[in-house]
Amino acid sequence: MQYLHNIGTYFLMIVEMFRKPTRWSVMKQLILKDIDDLVIGSIGIVAFISFFVGGVVTIQTALNMDNPLIPRSLVGFATRQSVILEFAPTFISIIMAGKVGSFITSSIGTMRVTEQIDALEVMGINSLNYLVFPKFIALTLYPFVISIAMFLGIVGGLAACVFGGYASIDDYITGLQQDFEPFHMVYAFLKTLLFAFVLATVPSYHGFYMKGGALEVGKASTTSFVWTSVVIILLNYILTQMLLS
Amino acid sequence: MIEVTNLEKSFGDAHILKGISTTFEKGKTNLIIGQSGSGKTVFLKCLLGLFDYEKGKIAYEGQVFAELSEAEKRDLRAKIGMVFQGGALFDSMTIEENVMFPLQMFTKQSKSEMQDRANFVLNRVELKDANKKKPSEASGGMQKRVAIARAIVNNPKYLFCDEPNSGLDPKTAIVIDNLIKEITEEYNITTVINTHDMNSVMEIGEKIVFLKDGLKAWEGSKDTIFQTDNEVVTDFVYSSNLFKKVRRMYIEENENS
Repeated sequence: MQYLHNIGTYFLMIVEMFRKPTRWSVMKQLILKDIDDLVIGSIGIVAFISFFVGGVVTIQTALNMDNPLIPRSLVGFATRQSVILEFAPTFISIIMAGKVGSFITSSIGTMRVTEQIDALEVMGINSLNYLVFPKFIALTLYPFVISIAMFLGIVGGLAACVFGGYASIDDYITGLQQDFEPFHMVYAFLKTLLFAFVLATVPSYHGFYMKGGALEVGKASTTSFVWTSVVIILLNYILTQMLLS
Repeated sequence: MIEVTNLEKSFGDAHILKGISTTFEKGKTNLIIGQSGSGKTVFLKCLLGLFDYEKGKIAYEGQVFAELSEAEKRDLRAKIGMVFQGGALFDSMTIEENVMFPLQMFTKQSKSEMQDRANFVLNRVELKDANKKKPSEASGGMQKRVAIARAIVNNPKYLFCDEPNSGLDPKTAIVIDNLIKEITEEYNITTVINTHDMNSVMEIGEKIVFLKDGLKAWEGSKDTIFQTDNEVVTDFVYSSNLFKKVRRMYIEENENS
C-alpha cells in the first residue's frame, strides 16, 4: 500500500513540477548551474570509466575467442555492440545514479531539513518547479555525456586491442563497421533520454519528501540510489523488449 | 491585522490545535508563547499556509486565506516575510544574493536597484561588509540578521518569526528582539513571533497569546503577565528562579507603593 502511495506522490510531483513556473531570469541561472553540476561535472568520471571499461570488454572478448575460424574483426564488432547498446546508456546511467542522484537527493534533502524549502513555499514559490525542473532541463543534455562514453569506450577498446596485440587496427575498424544498424543508435538515445528523466526526478522525489534530520539525508541518498538503479534496470528491460524484439 | 477564529488542526488521531481564536494587531509585536509541544509551531505554520487545517478560519485584513484563489494566495505570500528558527538561508547563495532573492522573484527591479535595496536593509540590520560571504561563514547572530533582512527587503505587511533568538547568547538575543520591534514600528507591520524565551516576552511582548495543549490559555501583554493569577501562565513564567525573584520584587514594590 505504501508503495502505491509513493508512486502516486511521485507522479503528482511531476505534474506539480510543470505548474506555476519560476521567472525565466531566475530559472535561466538555475539551469546553467545544474548543467555545470550535473552534466559538465560528470564528464571526467564518465570518460575515465568508459575508456577503461571499453578496453576491458575488448580484452575479455579477444581472450574468449579460441576458435581460429572466428575472424579477429569480431573483437571490434562485439565491443561496438556492447558499448553502444548497453554499457554507455545503461551502466553509465547506474553510475550516474550514484554520482548525480546522490548529489540531487542530498542537496534537496538538506534544504528540506534546514527549512529552506519551507522558506520558498512561504514566499509563494512553487518549490518543485524551482528545484526539480532545472535539473530535468539540465539532464536533457545527458545524451551528450553518453555520446562521449560511447566514443571513448570504443577508443579504449581500440587502444587495448592494439597495445595488447589482440587484433590489428584494420581488423578492429572492420569489426566496428560490420552489420551496423542505425536503429541501434536511436534505441540507445531513446533509452538515454528516458534514463535522464529518471535521474532527475527519482532522486529529487527522495530528497523532497524526506523527513527527519542529517542522518535521514544520508539514508535518503542511499534509498534514492537503489530505487533509481531499479527503475533504470526495469525500464531497460521493457524498452529492449519493445524496441528490439 | 490577522484574525484567527476557532482554528483546529489534527495529525491523524493527535488533536494539536483545539479551537484557537485571537487577533494579531498591526504595528505591534505579537508573541505566541507556551511550552514545547503546546502547538506553537503548528499554529504558526497554519498561519503561514504551510499546513492545512480542519476547522476555523484565518483572515488577513478581512481576506480569509482558505477562500483565496491560488493567484491571490501568491500575492498575499509576497507580502509575508518569515524568519525561520535556523535562518533557512540558501546555502548556495551569498548573503547579498539571499537578501536580493525575494526582489528577484517578485519585482522587476534592475540588478543595481536590487543591490541598493539589499545594501539598505543589510545596513538597517547593522550588517556591513558581509555581502559576499556565504551563510556558512557567518555566525548565528549574523545569520539571524540576514534572515531578518531577507524577510523585510520586499516591504512585507506581515512578519513571522519562529524562535528568532534561539541559540543566541542573551546579549545578541536582546539585540535581535529589539531590532524586530523597531522594524515592526518603523514599517507598521503585523509581526507574529513564536517563542518560549521569557526575556523576549519581557522585552517586546506587546501582545502575548499563551498556548497550552492546543488551547489558548491566556492572552495579555508584558505589562499584565506579572499580574495574572492564571496558574498555567504563572507555572510557565515563573519556572526559573530568576523570574520567581523578579515577581517577588514586583509584588513587594507594589505593596510598598
